[in-house]
Amino acid sequence: MLKKMMAGVVAVGLVGVAGTAHAGKDLDAVKARGQLICGINTGVAGFAQQDDKGKWTGLDVDVCRAVSAALFGDSEKVKYVPTTAQQRFTALQSGEVDVLSRNTTYTLTRDTALGLEFTGINYYDGQGFMVPKKLGVKSAKELNGATVCVQPGTTTELNLADYFRANKMTFKPVVIEKVEEIRAAFYAGRCDVYTTDASGLYSTRAANTPAPAKPDDFIILPEIISKEPLGPAVRQGDNQFADIVRWAFYAMVEAEEAGITSKNVDEMLKSDNPSIKRILGVTPGMGKALGVDEKWVYNIVKQVGNYGESFDRNVGMGSPLKIERGLNALWTKGGLQYSPPIR
Amino acid sequence: MTDAMPVGDRKPLAPPVDETGALGWVRKNLFSSWGNGITTVVLIAAVLWVASWFLEWALFTANFTAATGAECRGGGACWALIREKFRYIFFGSFPYEQHWRPLFAVITMLAMLVLSADRRMWNWRLLVIWGVGSFITFLLMFGQIHIPLSLILFVALVCGGIGLTLRSALAAPSERMAYYALVGIGAVGLVLRMVGALPAWSIAIAPLSYVETSLWGGLPVTLILATYGLAFAFPYGILLALGRRSNLPLIKGLCVGFIELIRGVPLISLLIMASVMLPLFLPSGTTIDKFLRAQVAVILFAGAYIAEVIRGGLQSLPKGQFEAADAMGLNYPQKTLLIILPQALRVVIPPLINTFIGFFKDTSLVLIIGIFDFLNTANQALVDPNWAGFPGEVYLFAAFVYFIFCFSMSRYSKYLEFELNKGTRR
Repeated sequence: MLKKMMAGVVAVGLVGVAGTAHAGKDLDAVKARGQLICGINTGVAGFAQQDDKGKWTGLDVDVCRAVSAALFGDSEKVKYVPTTAQQRFTALQSGEVDVLSRNTTYTLTRDTALGLEFTGINYYDGQGFMVPKKLGVKSAKELNGATVCVQPGTTTELNLADYFRANKMTFKPVVIEKVEEIRAAFYAGRCDVYTTDASGLYSTRAANTPAPAKPDDFIILPEIISKEPLGPAVRQGDNQFADIVRWAFYAMVEAEEAGITSKNVDEMLKSDNPSIKRILGVTPGMGKALGVDEKWVYNIVKQVGNYGESFDRNVGMGSPLKIERGLNALWTKGGLQYSPPIR
Repeated sequence: MTDAMPVGDRKPLAPPVDETGALGWVRKNLFSSWGNGITTVVLIAAVLWVASWFLEWALFTANFTAATGAECRGGGACWALIREKFRYIFFGSFPYEQHWRPLFAVITMLAMLVLSADRRMWNWRLLVIWGVGSFITFLLMFGQIHIPLSLILFVALVCGGIGLTLRSALAAPSERMAYYALVGIGAVGLVLRMVGALPAWSIAIAPLSYVETSLWGGLPVTLILATYGLAFAFPYGILLALGRRSNLPLIKGLCVGFIELIRGVPLISLLIMASVMLPLFLPSGTTIDKFLRAQVAVILFAGAYIAEVIRGGLQSLPKGQFEAADAMGLNYPQKTLLIILPQALRVVIPPLINTFIGFFKDTSLVLIIGIFDFLNTANQALVDPNWAGFPGEVYLFAAFVYFIFCFSMSRYSKYLEFELNKGTRR
């Protein structure tokens, strides 16, 4: 029996696909491969999620698509590698992915000691509070004496304590390690308040509200008590590639500011505005400076959309998550999204 | 005395109606005393109450047709979600138009498993079944298979080696010559290939478009990880178990060290090592396929556990069996394969299948390294905010599919025990 079993499992097809991820310059490797490898989250509503056909969509996914559009003129030349929180930096450092666009907080130590290079901030997140609507609370300042569900050992827990102390309020923490159990505890009414990053609150509200209740039965309070700037990152060492990733995202923001959308981009090609002509490559120069095709912004906006469109489609009012623009509005509208000029 | 009937005419009276049949069984087992009677009534009421609640939720008020999650709310179970997402849950991000490929791959693997479950197939046929089955499975999943020259040479070397050790005394001279030829071609070819005298030539079979492992998902991933994990771990575990009983200190030490090391850490840490640490040790720019890394981690881990199970079987054999085999003049491989292992493996079938079932479910741990196995695709279906808030339905569905596999394995183990113990049963 042993002989048969042993011989029976001679692997015909299980041949490891070992290859080279980057040879010298990252950009050369990506171009030679003809495909961008993008590290994303394994699944978080609105930022990286798979539809019924297994296609990835989301705000973070759109950054990958924009880079692909800038490099290849085609937003679909991306291979998505879902990474977990533990894996993500190794995947980038070891060359398994070219870009990490996976709601990762931009911090000093990650930018320096980990050898990463953050190329922008595609979502300004921060810690917020979610409460049931029937509690009648309108502001975090009214939460004195509340029971709060929070994950232990996180900056979230520390921020929470600081915020309540600073406002001379008290709270009773309900400390639970696993995020699923926290949600369950919150929806079962074991605590009045659930606190984590606001984007997490929105997606929990949209995706995890148990069936009889509706997402609208819960509100997210306006106060944001910490800074969590989330952005794409690349490896240090290939500045030209980092520039392309950086400007592919800025182009989306700049396009929104200039009023260029995926719908009107073709008409905008005929615009007389010198700034728009420069952005869309009608007046050449920008693409050459960046080392990509002159129509790079046109391709990004045509295929992916500007930042506002991407936000709205994935996490904003056009999606079930219904996240307000808030800090992520353009600087001209009171937010923080600001692109250096493309000139 | 006149009213006494003659002995021959006496008819045996039927026992009282409440002592036999269904009524008698109920009385004897359920209502034998006041206490038992009350317990029975309470338990039946509880079961009925739970069952009616479950049926109400899962069937009568369930929604099978809703187009969005919002329409599903308020009623019972939202099976419409499963209807909408089942293709994704089963096949993950495999290209949608090509879903027939993982479907037939799953069918092939199941057919392969069912066929090799039959004892009549436990001979050269098993080799054919697994060879053909694996080839079809991976051809469907990858779409293209390249068989490198070095693999062909390696297989020739191994086949020749096995033939020589097992049949050296029995084979006719011509057969032996064939084995020598295989070994010779394999060894010389591999050496030539290594020094670069032979080109990196490979047979390409490419009828379909190539789909890389990062796009695989759902049931095929779970089945491949479990099936091939265990198929490789089984012989590997046998080798470890034999090595652990070896008289050579080096081999024994290596095997004991490996088994204890692997058993000392959780599978999850092995997976994280394979996916987080390993890439850092490899030269920059070299990556090994993530799926293959996970598969190897499962094989190593399962191998250590299977080794310990098989060692139990080896130890249960009386010494006389070993001595009798020696007296027959059998060499070590012959003794082990023909005398020892058939008996040892028969003893350990129940714990072995228990290990198999455990590992089938443990493969779901790969979700922590970002591989989309069946449980992870089910999880992923929950992320879609349009279908928010029905985790119960999705997990019940996933549990149902896992149950089908694990229950069949457990029934098979029962059948196998019965079959293999025919000789020792009276």
